[in-house]
Amino acid sequence: MIKVALIGAGKMGISHLSILGAHPMVKIVGVADTSKIVNDVLEKYSGMKTFTDYKKMLDEVKPDAVFVSVPTKFHASFVEELLNRNIHVFVEKPFCLNATQGENLIRLAKSKGLVNQVGYHNKFVGTFEEVKRLVSSSVLGELNHFLGEAYGPVVIRKKQDTWRSDPEEGGGCLMDYASHVIDLINYLVAPITKVHGSLLKSIYSTQVEDAVYSLLETSNHVSGVLSVNWSDETHRKMSTGITIIGSKGKIISDASELKVFLKSDDVPDGYSKGWNIKYITEITPSVDFYLRGEEYSAQIDYFINAVAGKGPNEKNSFESAWNTDYAISLIKNKKN
Amino acid sequence: MDRILFGDNQFFAVNHISDEKSRAQSIKFKEDKTILDTIDISRNLGVETFMCTTHDRIYNICDMVRAEPEKYSKFSIYPCMPYAHKYANAVTELGIMGTIKNYVPGNFFGSIFKGGMAFVSKDYISIMELLIDAEMKMFKNINTPVIFLQNVITDLLLGLDMKDMLKAYHDYVIKKYNAEPGYITMNMPMLLDKLESVGIKNPIICSSINKAGFRMSGGMEAYEHVLKTRKVRAIAMQVLGGGAIPAKEAIEYVCSLPNVESILFGASSKQNIAQTISLINEFDEKYSNKK
Repeated sequence: MIKVALIGAGKMGISHLSILGAHPMVKIVGVADTSKIVNDVLEKYSGMKTFTDYKKMLDEVKPDAVFVSVPTKFHASFVEELLNRNIHVFVEKPFCLNATQGENLIRLAKSKGLVNQVGYHNKFVGTFEEVKRLVSSSVLGELNHFLGEAYGPVVIRKKQDTWRSDPEEGGGCLMDYASHVIDLINYLVAPITKVHGSLLKSIYSTQVEDAVYSLLETSNHVSGVLSVNWSDETHRKMSTGITIIGSKGKIISDASELKVFLKSDDVPDGYSKGWNIKYITEITPSVDFYLRGEEYSAQIDYFINAVAGKGPNEKNSFESAWNTDYAISLIKNKKN
Repeated sequence: MDRILFGDNQFFAVNHISDEKSRAQSIKFKEDKTILDTIDISRNLGVETFMCTTHDRIYNICDMVRAEPEKYSKFSIYPCMPYAHKYANAVTELGIMGTIKNYVPGNFFGSIFKGGMAFVSKDYISIMELLIDAEMKMFKNINTPVIFLQNVITDLLLGLDMKDMLKAYHDYVIKKYNAEPGYITMNMPMLLDKLESVGIKNPIICSSINKAGFRMSGGMEAYEHVLKTRKVRAIAMQVLGGGAIPAKEAIEYVCSLPNVESILFGASSKQNIAQTISLINEFDEKYSNKK
């Protein structure tokens, strides 16, 4: 059994905890959270050992691996502490507050040979996985342009007082929401290395932006548009999509439906010339325990397998998440 | 329970395979009256049970149902609580504490949270009971013989091994509402074990059961094995696998399984509602002697 602990039992933390609780290879050895009521409920009903001081928890329960889901401003120092203690780390997205913080952590994790993963769960969504497969095998020919989008109802009125509304803590639509799309573009097209201009717009928030619109360019010179708005209540929940246009066809995908248009008869197995539609129900492998989307369970399985030495530690490594932090900094620097 | 239950996903833009279809549904069901008209279509075809989440818009549907008691004398609703996105969005906005403060009615929480963390009470089961009451308010004077816990909460509690909470839900629904407790889950075999471990026998469990194996966590075989060998009152949902399986094939598979007491489905058009109902009837007849 792998001894796993959690730091930060908020919305994502509790979700991770439940999936870990059902995982046959995992023993949850401790939870650290600053909320006494959360700790109290977990002790009383889950029989978990809880702490308000995470270092005290590490001293006492000596976990093999730790999940970190605390506000982004704490990521760098917590992760560094864990790596120094030779503990494998899964940390929530975005990786760090800025691109400088992450560099040291990448080196540290590498030099110590520790498993490192960041919670960009879209890479475990079946439709996006299929996009990756198609793009990697050059089905679209030479890539020309992309559109990355995300919309949802996070901030739909004034008055906000959580860390997500504080730019110092890693709040705002760019870091908290658009980061998912940026990471997906980095993964599916190529890392974003140039930004031609950005609009960071406040709609309801006073301190942070609620929408991000930006003109991007990847390392392989593909141009693209980023359009993200977390104050859009026409979506029931976060809806993330990507469109990629190439010389031989076009892909439009979101987390549930993949549409592929192919110009010629030279097509991969299972596809034909013209429009092809595939649904998530056909292309997502089922998981052993489902809480809120296969991808949340799959990313944890992937991490646990890597810790157990039974699988790779490639997807969502610190290094790949750093590319996203870097793109975020480029977008910020180019804002109008 | 009735053999066929009419569901509500289509009314609230819940579509597992297409965001575009979700939007089309949002547009189609903009008016509450359209929702009730569609429910009436299913009622006229003999399906008198509507299983729905405690979405804000159900308040209005319930008002309309209450306004015509004779017309809806045979009509039942199976509430499924809570409407998770309401709380999930609130947690993002207000934090966990803020959400509880916002949704637990009355001054109960006011007193607990005064003076920082000096709790007056640590009775979390009572808090859950208050939340159930808050969700049930909209159904006053409407027949609700089975009350469900939504899968995101059932499965959260399951993963956290909070079996006392699952049991407390069970006991409270019986005691306060004189109704049968039901659980929606994406992990049916695992949940059944957990419920039995706290003494809940032959529970009502609604889960994905479909020929594609979609959202049948732990695998189709585990599900089929449970249905064949264990005591459970199963409701099959997502029988079309989110639309991936042709209707006829999909319905035949579910009807051929033993121990599936009810089938839950949702559809927007009269044609699709009628087709699904007639397919269920057709295959029920075919398999009636073979079980």
